[in-house]
Amino acid sequence: MTESGKPILYSYFRSSCSWRVRIALALKSIDYETVPINLIKDGGQQFSEEFQALNPMQQVPALKIDGITIGQSLAIIEYLEETRPTPRLLPQDPKRRAQVRVISDVIASGIQPLQNLSVLKQVGQENQLTWAQKVMRSGFNALEQILRSTAGKYCVGDEVSMADLCLVPQVANAERFKVDLTPYPTISRINKTLLALEAFQVSHPCRQPDTPPELRA
Amino acid sequence: MQQVPALKIDGITIGQSLAIIEYLEETRPTPRLLPQDPKRRAQVRVISDVIASGIQPLQNLSVLKQVGQENQLTWAQKVMRSGFNALEQILRSTAGKYCVGDEVSMADLCLVPQVANAERFKVDLTPYPTISRINKTLLALEAFQVSHPCRQPDTPPELRA
Repeated sequence: MTESGKPILYSYFRSSCSWRVRIALALKSIDYETVPINLIKDGGQQFSEEFQALNPMQQVPALKIDGITIGQSLAIIEYLEETRPTPRLLPQDPKRRAQVRVISDVIASGIQPLQNLSVLKQVGQENQLTWAQKVMRSGFNALEQILRSTAGKYCVGDEVSMADLCLVPQVANAERFKVDLTPYPTISRINKTLLALEAFQVSHPCRQPDTPPELRA
Repeated sequence: MQQVPALKIDGITIGQSLAIIEYLEETRPTPRLLPQDPKRRAQVRVISDVIASGIQPLQNLSVLKQVGQENQLTWAQKVMRSGFNALEQILRSTAGKYCVGDEVSMADLCLVPQVANAERFKVDLTPYPTISRINKTLLALEAFQVSHPCRQPDTPPELRA
């Protein structure tokens, strides 16, 4: 914690995983400080010894809160949910909670890790776009089908949940990699509805302390 | 997602192993698979997510198909070594008898199958003494034995225990 006692979020403006946690913090009105970790500069600041001591996975996000440091965006969000339970990010009913976790895991395990920076580096520059698009199309095919049975106004019914926190940043990734979203009308609709909410705006990559000037809102 | 596992239970079908496990935990809460304390629950989830998001998806069948047969072994080993480096470090501060303290948790359910994957891909486990110790302790438990790949209805005869 900082001297002021605020939680510290280690974040990169464009990291979709960091964005998920930024949304959670905004929704729960948790005031925090950002320590930017640039994933590209200096060979990747996430690889520094200092940061590795904080998060052995050498990834963002990591959240320093209540005397502990947590990596893994969904583990962070579930911790916030259990310790700062209002407003809820998971429904009360176990079956709906399962739906929220399925959608979150499809994105956080099934799609994003396959198109993150370190994997793209390994597939090689000439293959990156094709690889990333293939991963996202495949994942969005499944997601669109799932959402057709779970969605109301948002991913699961009519309350914002952890699933929505995962969806918006993943759609932003898809747009960056020029994935055509026409085959995914449910994903597009929900994404649009969520982007209108304040928490999704203040946490947006274009509004972060480390957003480069040319990308600033 | 066209993946296993999927569980049909209580009138619903759930994919995604951790979502399934969390549902089982919430509807059949004993014995616990997640500690009561939120900070320890976070540790369990971090370890589970490191494996379920950070390692396994990068070495699963469909990704290996895409990297091409001649690259598969190197790719899988690299992914697992990298992940196990981090995991070993994390476990040194969380582990007791098991991944988090002295109670079996969701983290342990993720660890053993991932170590089995590592062994299949001939990853040397010497650099990971904590992982190895916990894995060995867990494999002695009945639940980890009855569920083992070598004891399933679809285990091929030549791999059966």
